[in-house]
Amino acid sequence: MLIEKKHFIQIFMILATVWFIWYAQNNFNAYTVSILNNIAIFVILALSYNMINGVAGQFSLEPNGFVAIGAYVTALLLIPGDQKLSMFALIPPAPFVQTMHASFLPALILSGVVCVVVAFFLSVPVFRVRGDYLAIVTLGLGFIIRIIAINNPKYTNGAMGLNDIPSNANLYWSGFIAIVALIVMLNIIYSKYGRAMKAVRDDEDAASAMGVNTFWMKTYAFMTSAFFEGVGGGLMASMLTTISPNQFTFLLTFQLLIIIVLGGLGSMSGAILGTILVIGGSEWLRFLDQDMDIFGYHTGAHPGLRMVVFSILLIVMMLFARKGLFGDKELMDIFKRAKK
Amino acid sequence: MILEVKNVTMKFGGVTAIDNLSFNIKTNEIFGLIGPNGAGKTTIFNIITGNYTQTKGTVNFVHEPISGVKPNVIVEKGIARTFQNIRLFKSMSVIDNVLIGFHNSAKYTFLESILRLPRYFSNEKRLKIAAMEILERFGIAEFANNKATALSYGNQRKVEIARALATEPKLLLLDEPAAGMNPNETQDLSNIIRNIKEEYGLTVLLIEHDMKFVNNMCDKVLVLDYGEEIFEGKPSDAIVDEKVIAAYLGDFTHA
Repeated sequence: MLIEKKHFIQIFMILATVWFIWYAQNNFNAYTVSILNNIAIFVILALSYNMINGVAGQFSLEPNGFVAIGAYVTALLLIPGDQKLSMFALIPPAPFVQTMHASFLPALILSGVVCVVVAFFLSVPVFRVRGDYLAIVTLGLGFIIRIIAINNPKYTNGAMGLNDIPSNANLYWSGFIAIVALIVMLNIIYSKYGRAMKAVRDDEDAASAMGVNTFWMKTYAFMTSAFFEGVGGGLMASMLTTISPNQFTFLLTFQLLIIIVLGGLGSMSGAILGTILVIGGSEWLRFLDQDMDIFGYHTGAHPGLRMVVFSILLIVMMLFARKGLFGDKELMDIFKRAKK
Repeated sequence: MILEVKNVTMKFGGVTAIDNLSFNIKTNEIFGLIGPNGAGKTTIFNIITGNYTQTKGTVNFVHEPISGVKPNVIVEKGIARTFQNIRLFKSMSVIDNVLIGFHNSAKYTFLESILRLPRYFSNEKRLKIAAMEILERFGIAEFANNKATALSYGNQRKVEIARALATEPKLLLLDEPAAGMNPNETQDLSNIIRNIKEEYGLTVLLIEHDMKFVNNMCDKVLVLDYGEEIFEGKPSDAIVDEKVIAAYLGDFTHA
């Protein structure tokens, strides 16, 4: 196979990102690095959420459920056994929960695999029918996971959650996995599977009239999403070092929905830019929540004011750029268009 | 006989869309299905392609019953269709639309596409060449990288037929292929259909209202009215048949 010019651009962009991650980890202060780490994790989540919602066009509200599953699996695998014994104050942990242990990468992969299995069992009933059932079922998933986590202290330490999770998720890990996630998903999109997923999004009847098995295409997209949401959840658990059932609420899903709608449904470049704007923005706009003096007028502290900025941003976007910043195009497509 | 429709009845609630209809299509024939609006022509298409399951009767394709088989499996068996109102994949380029037709000819797995193994490259290369060949045959190769919906109406029709052809069908169902076309485009289209029919050894079943088009294309026509067969035979005989004229223009004898 021959290497074309566009491959050079892609390789250059990946190397530039790798260099930036290395440079940031070594030169930026801890606060900036932690923001970048958070952005990298949300890039993984936004990319995978975009897969089912944007590329395959199946409206879904699953991220918080799968992130919670991934976070719990990774956390339980990373925490050493004797530490679990002292942490589970209500009821001693179930024997297999206490003994299970893995190093970081296997733990993340296993989190992803567990999510894939759950996603498959959700797909079977949901994708047999059309319509917005997926949204309802996945909305329920988030609540069910939370209730299961609270009511089974033997496995999850109940409402107390898990803490002192080994903090392995530095920027290297998150950045590396974000790059892998991006490459995997672009490889899917630019293959017959990605084409078929887009076809299902555009016109499901026409897609099946072309011989596309629409059930499997939707399931593949959903399982891909689930895998990387599980991995992202694991990274998140390890970054925060503490998780509890009430942490993975619908708000997480909603934040990701804002990100991918802002970036453009179906565009992976858009998902990345959206993450930087929303996650980075909510850190950089922190000054809005604090006391401000505007032309001598003392405003007082208004916690949550920065959320208003996002609301306005979304309204402006709905009025002037319905399809988001990138539409359904990728950065490379826009380069190509510019050259013509 | 490539397609045998035997005593098919289709009911939607209390409405009988197709009433005890039987017909056979011979291999390599261009078969026309005509009739006034609401006669049940598209319903027949939807039954053959597996979108509907008939209430009664059987449909055999190459002597094999295809009732209750899923649409995508029927495509793999060798029946492809186009839609009455053009239904291209809006967000995709012309060539991607055709490549969707090759979905089942691309022999690589999900994992192979993620890992970009050699089979991915060899298959994609082969199919891109095949897709361009089809587009060239339709004279729309220059638009390959344009968005499908940016094309003119006539060219969009061609993309739809090209896409159906990419599934490598034995039987091609065309739902009003000439609708909305001017006489030149219609002439162009009928040449293309005849050419691809010869080259790919296709059998064609088409629905059309343009009687001139039907007359010079079809070897045989079936005229439907309110789900019932009122005429079967040569198109030149159909247009002078009293029942057919009555169905289209109204029955003046009882007026």
